[in-house]
This record gives sequence, C-alpha cells and structure tokens, in this order.
Amino acid sequence: MAFSAFATGTAKEQAPRRKSRIALLLLLPGILYLMLFFLVPLVSLVITSFQQPIPFGDIGEYQTAFKWENYVDVVNTYGEHIFRSFGYAILATIFALLFSYPLAYFIGVTARRWPLVQNLMLVLVIAPFFISFLLRTLAWKSLLSDESFVISGLKALSLMAPDAHFTGTPAAVIFGLTYNFIPFMTLPLYSTLERLDTRLLEAGSDLYSKPSMTFFKVTVPLSMSGIVSGVLLTFIPAAGDYINASRDFLGGTGTQMIGNVIESNFLVTLNYPAAAALSIILMAVILVMVTVYVKRSGTEDLL
Amino acid sequence: MTKPLPEDPFIRSLVIQAQRAQFSRRNMLKGAGVGASALALAACSTGAVEKPKAAKDKSDTDKIVRWDNWALYLDVDDDGHYPTLEAFEKQTGIKATYTEAVDDNNTYYGKVKDQLKLGQDIGCDTVCLTDWMVDRWIRFGYTQELDDAMIPNKKNLVPELANVSFDPGRKYSLPWQGGFAGIAWNKDQLPGGLTSVSDLWDPSLKGRVGVLSEMRDTMGCIMQDLGTQIDGKWGDSEFSAAIDVLQTQVSNGQIRNIKGNSYKEDLQNGDTLAAIVWSGDITQLNFEAGDHWAFSLPSKGGTLWNDNFLIPIGSEHKKNAEMLINYYYDPEVAAQVAAYVNYIPPVAGTKDAMMALDPDLANDQLIFPSDATLANAHVFRSLSSAEDQKYNSQFQAILLGA
Repeated sequence: MAFSAFATGTAKEQAPRRKSRIALLLLLPGILYLMLFFLVPLVSLVITSFQQPIPFGDIGEYQTAFKWENYVDVVNTYGEHIFRSFGYAILATIFALLFSYPLAYFIGVTARRWPLVQNLMLVLVIAPFFISFLLRTLAWKSLLSDESFVISGLKALSLMAPDAHFTGTPAAVIFGLTYNFIPFMTLPLYSTLERLDTRLLEAGSDLYSKPSMTFFKVTVPLSMSGIVSGVLLTFIPAAGDYINASRDFLGGTGTQMIGNVIESNFLVTLNYPAAAALSIILMAVILVMVTVYVKRSGTEDLL
Repeated sequence: MTKPLPEDPFIRSLVIQAQRAQFSRRNMLKGAGVGASALALAACSTGAVEKPKAAKDKSDTDKIVRWDNWALYLDVDDDGHYPTLEAFEKQTGIKATYTEAVDDNNTYYGKVKDQLKLGQDIGCDTVCLTDWMVDRWIRFGYTQELDDAMIPNKKNLVPELANVSFDPGRKYSLPWQGGFAGIAWNKDQLPGGLTSVSDLWDPSLKGRVGVLSEMRDTMGCIMQDLGTQIDGKWGDSEFSAAIDVLQTQVSNGQIRNIKGNSYKEDLQNGDTLAAIVWSGDITQLNFEAGDHWAFSLPSKGGTLWNDNFLIPIGSEHKKNAEMLINYYYDPEVAAQVAAYVNYIPPVAGTKDAMMALDPDLANDQLIFPSDATLANAHVFRSLSSAEDQKYNSQFQAILLGA
C-alpha cells in the first residue's frame, strides 16, 4: 500500500503488540452475530444438502446422511436453470453497465458545473428506492401487458408481431433485472467518476489522443474500482433473484431461474436437500466467478 | 427415492419403528465423525418421527383466541371491523385476534412447520387451510382433536362434508368455506363463452390462457376433461395423461402462465382472456373492476375444495377456539359471512337465513349450489404421501420448465 511508505517503522511494529481488550470486546458482538446468523445456518445448510429421505417417511421427512448424489441430481435436473440464471445475470449486468456509465458520467463529470442538476439527477436515481421493489416490478408487469399502450403501440408500429407478447419471456426477465439493479450500478460508478481529475483528460487531448482513446486509456482505468463494485453489486443479487423471473411477476414457465427452483423445492415439494444443494452450488459458483473476475480486473484491494 | 408406504396403518407403524431403530444408530456414528456442533445441528434437522404432544389448555383463565385466515375471507365493514367476530366477543367475553396470515398453504406451512414439529405455539389457536394441507397436518399429528361437546352446532355441518377421506367423522377439522375451480373468460372479448376445458386449447386463444399453480385444481379440471373421475380410483396413467396435456399446452405456448392468486391481475390487464380460476374470485373481480368476466364449471366437471378450521397442536386456547368454531356454525352467522365472502358455506340452513338477508345471493349458484351444480364438481381424491410427492414433483417440473 502506498500509505505504508509514510508510516514510521516504530508505529508499524507497535500495532500488533498492543493487545487491546476493548478492541476484542467491541469485536465480540460482530463475531457472535456472524457465528449465529451466518456460520450456523451455513453449516446447517451443508448438512441438509447431504440428507436423504427417511425410508417409508412422509413428505418432507429427511435424515442425516452423506448423500452426495443430491448434488449430481440437482445439476442433472436443473442444469438448464443454473446456466440460465448466470446467463440472465451476466446480460443484465452488461445492460446495466451500458446504461449506467453514461448516466454516471453525466452526473459525476459533465454536470459538475450545475450542482443543482447533479443533485436532482442523483435524487432521480435513488427515488425508486422509496417504493417497494415488488410494487415497481408489478407496475412494469401491467405496463408491459398485452393490452397496455406500450405493447399495443409497438404492435401498431409493426415492431412486434400481432400475436407476440412480452411478459413471461426471457426479454422481460432480463429487462426487469436490468431495471431493478441500475441504481446499484450507477451509484458506485458515480462515486468514482465524481473524483475524476478532468485535467488528465485535457492532458490526453494535448498529447493528440482521440477522445475515444482518452476514454479507454484514462477514464475507464480510473473508474475501474467503480465498475468492479457496480458489477459485483449487480451480478451477485441478480444471479440469485427470484422475483423478476417468478411466474407471478415478469417471468413464465420458460424463464425460471435458480432462485425459483430453490423456492419450489423448499416450499412446495419439500425437497429440502435439493434446495440446500442448489443454494450451495449457487454460492460456490458466484464465489468462483467473482474471485476470477476480481483477480483479472486487478482490483484485489477492493475485497 | 422412497419406496411407497404400506397403506395398512399397522404395518406402516411397524415398518417405521423398525427403520427408526436402525437409522438412529447409523446417525450417531455419522454425527460423531462430523463433530459435536454438527451433531447438535443434525439433531435439529433430522426429521422427527415422534408426534408432538398437545399443549395444556388455559382457556378458562386466558380468555383469548387467535385466528389465522386468508385475505378477504371474513365479513368486514368500511372501518376495518369484523361485525360477526365482534358479536362473538360480546357474546362470550373472549377477546379474538384475527390475522390475515395465510397467503398460500405452502408458505404458511413453511413458516410454522418447525414449531409444529416441536409441539410449540405457532401464534394462533385456529387456522383455516385447504383440504390437502389439513390432510398433511392430521397425518403428522399437528392438530388437536376437537371436542364435540364444545361444538354443539357441528350438527349443522352439511352431510356431504361430514365424512372426508382425510378426516373420517371430522374429528380434527371442520370446513370454513368452500369453492369451485372452473373456467372463466372475458365476456367482452369472448362473447360466445366457453363450455369445457378443451375450449381453452382453441388456437384462437394461443398465448392468452392461464391455469392455476394449485396442482389439484388445474390437474383436477384437466383430468376430468379427459374423462377421469377425480374422486374415484385413478392412478399414475390417468395423472400422466393429464400432465402430458398440460406439458403440450405449455410447450406450444397456448398456456401463457401458471399462477397462484395473482392470476386476477392477468385477467384484468388482458394478458389472459380465459383461465382456470376459483369461483369466488370472479365474483369479487367483477365487483371491483367492472362486470367483464364470466365463470362456469366445465361441462365435464370442475373441482370442489374446502378450507377447514383446525386447532394447531401447540395452542393453549383450544376451548376458546372450539367456541369460535361453534359460533360460526350458526346458520345466521354463516349467512352474514357468506354474504361478504361469496364462497360456499358448509353450514346447513344458511340458505334460509340468507333469504332474509339478501334473496339474490340466496339464489346464487356459486354460493348455494343446487344438487345439479354440485353433481358437476368433484373433490380431488386424497393422495398417499408417496403419490403426493410424485405428482407434485411432476407438476412442479412443468411450472419450472424443467
């Protein structure tokens, strides 16, 4: 770290030697909280994922076992849903990034001269949070229904086939995911672009760089930390989202994501081991993808 | 997969006992390997086969009763008061708490099942759930036996519902309201109307048809359309034939979506023009959003279901709950409720009481069905645990597109 260059050697050695009981005491609630509400449920989830049905048992009755085949079974049965979840999440993340970057750039850089505009635009980005996520998604569902003015307008313009519909299609689910996660992408991008030193851009053009080259060589690398945190904040919840893809919201039977499969196995068929195994697979895949992504974008410091 | 459970209860209990002895030993060995904390967790997560014990009744000293029910399922006035429930409080001096806590049989079960297994209080003294879920609660021993002496009005129960397969003699449950699943369509767009489930598969309705995510209602209607008696003897082949129909219609895009309560929005916004629906909802929808929809039982038969009162095993106010149930089995009271909820009351004499209250409603076939109407609606036969799991996963697989 750059800061360590300024630190004196003595201060550096002193830090670990100071055994502060107060610091430990202050940490205790946090550690207990994590133990109780993260570690214990996680262990319980792992155990559940290996359970097997009680022989001659009733629906939803399982016992401890080491039935690793549960994992094979769920991958075979729901492999398509696992791929679909990550596919949708990746697409939604890309669309959210493409939409948010210009927006964040405008708010954080272009609009610097007009603080009022800057603040108003930020409010507009955050304002949807004042309304429940479920209500907003439901509102989209009726805005995009077959008889709505949006869809009938598109049909009148021959941009959509007369018998085509939007709700219940993959496009609707990806649209919903993108819409719902745009603020999570915009805010981190804004916070890094806000600090962008515009003199560097001037320097770029002074050195005969085209605007596009300045953008990719200067602006993007400088805003990388914002991009990485925006992508993580969007991709992780989007992959596990089960509201947008739910049949009751924007999805249909052909768009079910891993979250919907877990819900169905847990609540309806009471297949707890399958639900637990899927949850663990979801966590593991996200963890691997995020690690690879963060390593490759060279921003390990963020974690 | 589990082998099917022997149907004979005696043999079944013997098998379970034998298995329990064998497997608890194996659990101990496995648990020791995983470590002490894991063992403790395993103990929690292993399905307990022991039935929980009923809680001690404190009704005499603690004059309260807590009732969990579905939304829009009890008469309510504009100020949010429940007139019949307040009359009950005045009559008995018992303070009643009414909560619209049940949104779905499955999510409600998911919320309370762990307390039920331990015989703990789930925060209500009586709850109304659908037949098949009540079947599960009774099978697991999650309900307290009703004391007939406390419910003299039980004599008013309509005879057709007195002996149901999941609760012969109604020892643990009593119906609250019933209803039909049948077909509904948009009267403006489909003036000709529909008569059978096969009409839903008409090419002109492609992509504009909805069906319910409640397996017994959707499958019950389709199976009857294929000629199966759903309350009689049928098995895998009949169910599979209906699953194939559903699968075909979902894959070719005829069926737009498979939904629970939210199907009403789809009818309202025009995504679906015709659907398999619940009778009372259409009455309410027509009332709220203009008279645009019609409901009918399919010519080859619709399904009939009931939601039933039961007393959870952990309730400490059993007697109070029984007094509440008894109160709602008074035909006068039942008529007041039916006038609001528009479902079928299970209380004999309600029609006469309704005559005085609202003669129009007394002649409504969906509230007071005639014998001819009832002959066209059937109860989905109760499933064994193994069938329940098998059929449910087949149906869910279609819902998930798997």
